[in-house]
Amino acid sequence: MSTTTVKPQKPWVASPKDRVESVLVFIVAIAISAVTVAVTPMKGKLAYVALFFISYLVLDYFFNRIKRGKAAGIDSVFRAIVGMAIAIAITPIVSILAAVWQRGHKGLHLSLFTTDMHSAAPSDPIINGGLLHAIIGTGLLVAFALVISVPLGILTALYLTEIRGRFTRPIKFLVQAMSGIPSIVAGLFILAAIVYPFTKAYNGIVGSLALSILMIPTVARTSEEVLRLIPSELREAGVALGGTQWRTVAMVVVPAARSGLVTAMILGIARIAGETAPILLLTGGGDSVNTNMFHGSMGSLPFYIFSGLTTGTDESITRAWAGILVLLVFVIVLFVLARFLGNRKVGK
Amino acid sequence: MSETRVIPAKRELTTKPRLSDKVFRGVVTSGGLSSLVILGLIFVFLLSEGFQTIKSQGLYFLTGSQWNAVVTDAGTIDTKQSHFGIAAMLVGTLICASIAVIIGVPISVLSAIFLTFYAPASIKKLMITIIDLMAAFPSILFGLWGFFVLGPSAEYWAKLIHKYLGFIPIFQMPADFYTRSPFVAGIVLAIMIIPIVTSISREIFSQTPLDRIQAAYALGATRWAMLKTVAFPYARGGIVGGTMLGLGRAMGETVAVYTVLNIVYQINWHVLLGAGGNVASLILLKFGEAGPAEVKALMAAGLALFILTLIVNSAADAIVNRTSKGGR
Amino acid sequence: MADDINNPDSGNTGKKNEEDMSTSSLAAVAAGRQSHAPATQALGVGLEARGVHAWFGDKHVLNNISLDFWPGTVTALIGPSGCGKSTFIRTLNRMHEFIPTAALAGEVLLNGEDVYAAGVDVTKIRLKVGMVFQKPNPFPSMTIAENVLAGLKLAQLKVENKDDLLEECLERAGLWKEVKDRLGTYGGSLSGGQQQRLCIARSLAVRPQVLLMDEPCSALDPGSTLKIEETIQHLSSSVTVIIVTHNMQQAARVSDYTAFFLSDGGPGEMVEVGPTSEIFSRPKDKRTENYVTGRFG
Repeated sequence: MSTTTVKPQKPWVASPKDRVESVLVFIVAIAISAVTVAVTPMKGKLAYVALFFISYLVLDYFFNRIKRGKAAGIDSVFRAIVGMAIAIAITPIVSILAAVWQRGHKGLHLSLFTTDMHSAAPSDPIINGGLLHAIIGTGLLVAFALVISVPLGILTALYLTEIRGRFTRPIKFLVQAMSGIPSIVAGLFILAAIVYPFTKAYNGIVGSLALSILMIPTVARTSEEVLRLIPSELREAGVALGGTQWRTVAMVVVPAARSGLVTAMILGIARIAGETAPILLLTGGGDSVNTNMFHGSMGSLPFYIFSGLTTGTDESITRAWAGILVLLVFVIVLFVLARFLGNRKVGK
Repeated sequence: MSETRVIPAKRELTTKPRLSDKVFRGVVTSGGLSSLVILGLIFVFLLSEGFQTIKSQGLYFLTGSQWNAVVTDAGTIDTKQSHFGIAAMLVGTLICASIAVIIGVPISVLSAIFLTFYAPASIKKLMITIIDLMAAFPSILFGLWGFFVLGPSAEYWAKLIHKYLGFIPIFQMPADFYTRSPFVAGIVLAIMIIPIVTSISREIFSQTPLDRIQAAYALGATRWAMLKTVAFPYARGGIVGGTMLGLGRAMGETVAVYTVLNIVYQINWHVLLGAGGNVASLILLKFGEAGPAEVKALMAAGLALFILTLIVNSAADAIVNRTSKGGR
Repeated sequence: MADDINNPDSGNTGKKNEEDMSTSSLAAVAAGRQSHAPATQALGVGLEARGVHAWFGDKHVLNNISLDFWPGTVTALIGPSGCGKSTFIRTLNRMHEFIPTAALAGEVLLNGEDVYAAGVDVTKIRLKVGMVFQKPNPFPSMTIAENVLAGLKLAQLKVENKDDLLEECLERAGLWKEVKDRLGTYGGSLSGGQQQRLCIARSLAVRPQVLLMDEPCSALDPGSTLKIEETIQHLSSSVTVIIVTHNMQQAARVSDYTAFFLSDGGPGEMVEVGPTSEIFSRPKDKRTENYVTGRFG
C-alpha cells in the first residue's frame, strides 16, 4: 500500500490562467482608449477615462459571455459598474488630500505655530505672521463645546439605553433631527437667543455654544451605539449583586464602555473642529491671540481659512491652504485615534 | 388541577427606588430631554425674531424672488418698500441638492454594493476607512477644493454637456458664463453626501439575510441575479431613507456652497450658468452687510431652512426605521 | 396578606395542591431526610413561593406555583424549554421586573417576609438571593479580584479583610488554586468554565442566603460542568441552592429535591415536586414519568 499525501486545495479560487485573461482584458481596454485618444479628436483625462470604461465594459461582457454564457456576461458588466463607482467615490478624496498637501505645504514655516497675524497684512510674504491665534482659538472653542456637549450627549445616550422611559422613541427621533440641523441655523439661534438679548458682542463662548448644538447629536448617537453593545447580562449581574441602578451604571456599564465613550468624544471634536458657518456669525474672527472666551473676538482655524480665501491675494490664499492643511492633519489624527480606540475590545 | 385554573389579579409591582436612583434617573432624564429643549428653543427664538418679517411679507416671503431692505430715515425698516422673498434661494437650494442626490446617490449605492458583496476583505477595510474619513472633512475644505481644483474641470464638463445635451431646457445657456455654476456646487455637495449615503446603504445591504442570499446562489443565480432578486428588494426602503438624509445634508450646507457658487439673487433654472445660491449661503452673504431689521428677515429665512431640513430629516428617519425594523 | 392578593377561590385550590404535595414529600421523611413539605403558613425560614403567577404583557406564562426551599438544600427545576422555570426563579429575587411588560401575582416569602411588599428595598433582596446566569458574565472592565469583590462596591458593603474574603469565595467556588497567581488579570482571560466559577465566587462575596442558578452549565463543556457540580455540592451546606437545568442527569447528581415544570401550551405549571430520588424512580404523575424517562421533552 502506498501512502498518498493529500494536499489542501482551493479549486474555487481563480486559476493563474483566469487571472492572466482578466488582466489581458484590462490591458486591451487601456490600449483601445489610448489609441482612440491619439487618433480621434477626443482629448483629455475625461475622454481617456470614459473610453477606457466603455471599452472595458464591452470587452469584459463579450469575453465572459463567450466563455461562460449570457448570465455571466451580464454579471461581469455589473461588477465593472460597481468597481467604477467605488473608483469615482475614492477619487475626490485622493484629489483633496493631494491638493491640500500640494498647495498647503508652501505656506508652512517654522514660526507658523508661534506667531499670530496682528502685525501681518494679507499681502505680506508668507513668512510673516502665523496661525497661533487660530490654533489657540479653535482649541478653546472646541474645549468649551466639549464641556457642554459631552455630559448632555452621554446623558442622552444613557437615557436611551439605561432608563428607556416613555420618551425613548421621541428622544431618539429628536437626536436624529438635531444631527440634521444646518450649522448656519445653529449660529442664527445663538445670535437670536444670546448675542442680541445679552452679550451684544462677539466672543468665544457664544461660538462654543453654537458648536455644542452640532456636537451633542454626534456624541449622543455614538455613545448610544457603544452602550447598546454592552450586554444586558452585565447590567443584570450588577443588579443581582445588590447594586442600585446608579451604582451598576457607574461601576459596571460606563467603565465597560469607556473606550467607546472616548471615541464618541473624539468623533464629536472632529465634527466641529472645522465647522465654519456659525464661527463666521458669532466669534468675530480676530488676528491676535485671545485667551479670554468671554471677551473680545476669537480667532479660529476655519475663520483664518475663510478670511484668507475671501481676501483673495496670492499670499492669503496660500495661507488659507496652509491653514486647511493644519486643520486636516488635526482631523485625521482624531479620526485615526477614534478608529484605534473603537477597534479595541470592550473593557480593555 | 388544571380545570380549576383560577387566575388571580396581577399584583402591582412597587419598585421603590432608592434616593440615589431617583436622583440618577432624574439627572439622566433631564439630560436626555436636552435635545427636545434645544430644538424647541431654536424654533421659538427664530420664530420670535422672524415673525415680523413673515407677517409683513405674507405669502411673498415664500414666493417672492427679491431681497432688498429699504431703510427709512429713522433707521427702521420700511415694510412697504422692502422685499424679502426667499423663493429664488429655495429654488437654488432644491436645484443644488437635487444635483447632489442625482450624482451622489447612484455612486454611493453602487459603492456600498461593491464594499458589501464584491470587495476582498483586505481592500474593504481600507476603503471603508477612507470613505468614513471623508465624512469627517470640514465643509470649508470641500469649498476650497471645489473652487480651486474641481471648478476648472467641471467647467469643461459643463461645456461638453451644453454642447451635446443643450437641447434640454435646463442645460441651455442664456449667457456664456460657466464658472461657479449650480452644477459645480451640486457636484461638490454630491461628494459631501457620498460618505453618509454609502454608510447607510452599506449597513442595510450587510443586513440582507444570509439564508436568502444562499438560497439564491443555490438556485444557480449569478451575483448580479442574486443582487437583483434578494439584495435590492431588501434594501430599497433603506436606500430611499439614506437618500433623504443626504438630501437634508445637501440642503443645509453653507460654506461649501458659498465658496463654490456665484451667489446671485435670482431664480435660475439653468444649472450650467454661473449664478445661483441656497438659503444657507444667502444668510451668510447678507449677514455681513445687514442692519438689525434685515437680520430679522434673515432669521425668518433661517426658520424656513430649519423647518425644511427638519421635514426632510424626519421623513428619512421614519423610512430608515421602518425598513430596519420591518425585516422584510 | 395572602387574602388581599389571592381571591378566596384560588387560595383554596392552592391549599388543595399543597396538601397533595405534602403527602408526596412525606416520602422524604421515609428516605431519612427532614421533611420540607410546602406549608400553608409562613415558616419564617428559607425561601417560599406562594401561588406565584407571572405574565409578560397579556401572556400568562406561569400559573400558581407554590414551592418551598429549605436552608441547606439543593432544589433542581426541570422541564422542557418554555415551561417557565427561568421566569420562576427570576421572580424569586425580583429580577422578573426587569422586563418592562412583566407582571406577577402571589407572594415570595424570604424568612417569612414578602419580598414584593411595598417599601421593601429591592437591592437588599437581591443581596440575600444571589444569582448566577446562563452565560458567564464577568465584568470586563475589572480584574479577577475586582470581579469577586464587585458586589461589595456595588452594594456599598464594608468588609474588614478583603483579601481573606477574596480567597474564601474563590476557594468555595473551587477556583482559588487556578487563579491565585493572576488575580490582577482581567476576568475575560479565563476559560468559560472558570468564568462561570468566578461569577459564582462573585455571588458568594456578598454572603447570600440563597443562590439561584439559571442553567449555569448550559454554555460549558462537560469537564467544566463537572467542576461546577462539585462546587454546588460544597455550597449546599451553607447556601440554599436553586438550580434550573435541562440536564436530568445533572438534576439527579446535585439536587435533594426536584420540581418538574410543564406547559401545555398555556402558562407553565408545576406538575410535581419531591425528593429527587422519588421523582426519578417513582414519579406520581404520568407526565413526569414520560419526561424523566425521555419519552418526550
